[in-house]
Amino acid sequence: MALSSKDLLGIKGMAADEIKLILDTAATFKDVSERDIKKVPTLRGKTVINLFYEASTRTRTSFELAGKRLSADVINISTSTSSVTKGETLLDTAQNIEAMKSDIIIVRHSCSGAPEYLAKRLKSSVINAGDGFHEHPTQALLDMFTIREKLGRLDGITVAIVGDILHSRVARSNIYGLTAMGAAVRVCGPPTMIPPGIEKMGAKVFFDMDEAVKGADAVMMLRLQLERQAAGLFPGVREYARLFGLNRARLDRVGKSAIVMHPGPMNRGVEISSDVADNSSVILDQVTNGVAVRMAVMFLLSGGSKAEA
Amino acid sequence: MTNSKQKALILDKPSIDRAMTRVAHEILEKNKGAKDLGLIGIQRGGVHLAKRLAEKIKAIEGVEVPVGSLDITMYRDDLDTRKSQPVPQATDISFDIKEKAIVLVDDVIFTGRTIRAALNSIMDYGRPKRIQLAVLVDRGHRELPIRADFVGKNLPTSAREKVEVSLAEDGLEEKVVIFEE
Repeated sequence: MALSSKDLLGIKGMAADEIKLILDTAATFKDVSERDIKKVPTLRGKTVINLFYEASTRTRTSFELAGKRLSADVINISTSTSSVTKGETLLDTAQNIEAMKSDIIIVRHSCSGAPEYLAKRLKSSVINAGDGFHEHPTQALLDMFTIREKLGRLDGITVAIVGDILHSRVARSNIYGLTAMGAAVRVCGPPTMIPPGIEKMGAKVFFDMDEAVKGADAVMMLRLQLERQAAGLFPGVREYARLFGLNRARLDRVGKSAIVMHPGPMNRGVEISSDVADNSSVILDQVTNGVAVRMAVMFLLSGGSKAEA
Repeated sequence: MTNSKQKALILDKPSIDRAMTRVAHEILEKNKGAKDLGLIGIQRGGVHLAKRLAEKIKAIEGVEVPVGSLDITMYRDDLDTRKSQPVPQATDISFDIKEKAIVLVDDVIFTGRTIRAALNSIMDYGRPKRIQLAVLVDRGHRELPIRADFVGKNLPTSAREKVEVSLAEDGLEEKVVIFEE
């Protein structure tokens, strides 16, 4: 089986079959990270470039490890130390990299659509590691993988995503993916942080967190970006935590044992309490699964006869 | 399901069983018993056959030999030239292969490239004492210097033909047949 495109730019429009293929493939790659010798020769000799215009620990390290465990050569470019500081454009940067015969370019950028812009102009496979407020497909894939691993399936379950949905590419990718796989998605947050029209994406909107998480199988907490307070989107961190934070008492009121997720990095005591994060969440499993999912994506994108590029 | 012509039945259910019984005896003979033996079936054709060999060895020698399964997709040499990537299956080797006499098991040996991939993969799990190869069918046309130690049936074929092994564990009628493409 193959993916239908040379790139992974977003979950929107992906068929359930394709998502399932990635998740199934990721399951076998997870084993590689459990072995003593965490390496397979699958992408030997391939060149993978991490082109990150925004800061990242988790995602970048995850992609780097995924590539290295597949025996690829991985280069990290963080633009703060590159010629981008001299004003080099996105396209020039990418074309110069491709001139060095890259195979896969992984892009994180603050502009929505930047990865697609590059994908149309480059022969390399482009993977979107997060673009603006648009999508973060590998995060949604690892989230779905984690949910499927813990609950056994994705169709028919209910997932509540809580937090700053308006500015969250993680939320968007997850909504596309979870609905495609047959899950029911609820979004919850202060009205200032819920984009109008999000119901059209298939998500049910809640402004009361207890209602939103009641009976949910999985609760996904999003990071509150504290800068948004300066923009007047919420009155204060303590009030936010009281209304939309996940603490032990609120988790108990869910009514069943739901899995608790967070894409990281988390603000302890704000959107999630330390107790819940440390004792009742699958946050670290998400990180482990992230490497496996990214290995699967690189594997599926890298094959294929040169003749059909 | 196939647009291939002509079919010849090479082995039926009893013949497959007799061949496997003989292979089990040969494994025990060559290794002077079942001490330190470990069987690893190559996904997907060799997995069920490896379990069967383990059962036969238990019946003959009274020893329970560990069985594992190995997926070689990540070690293939043709990932660049295929139209689509194969979906990897499970690799499950729950015993330590260090200092073990490993017998790789597959249904058909053809070009030998699968076995080359399996050897590279096994070495990443540890250092076995030795590795031997048992196959149900050897159809010739080796492209690498690789040979099986134990063969159920030697079957000269033409490169155009296709050999198909169907096993009861997969819910199929048990047989080995040749198709002409």
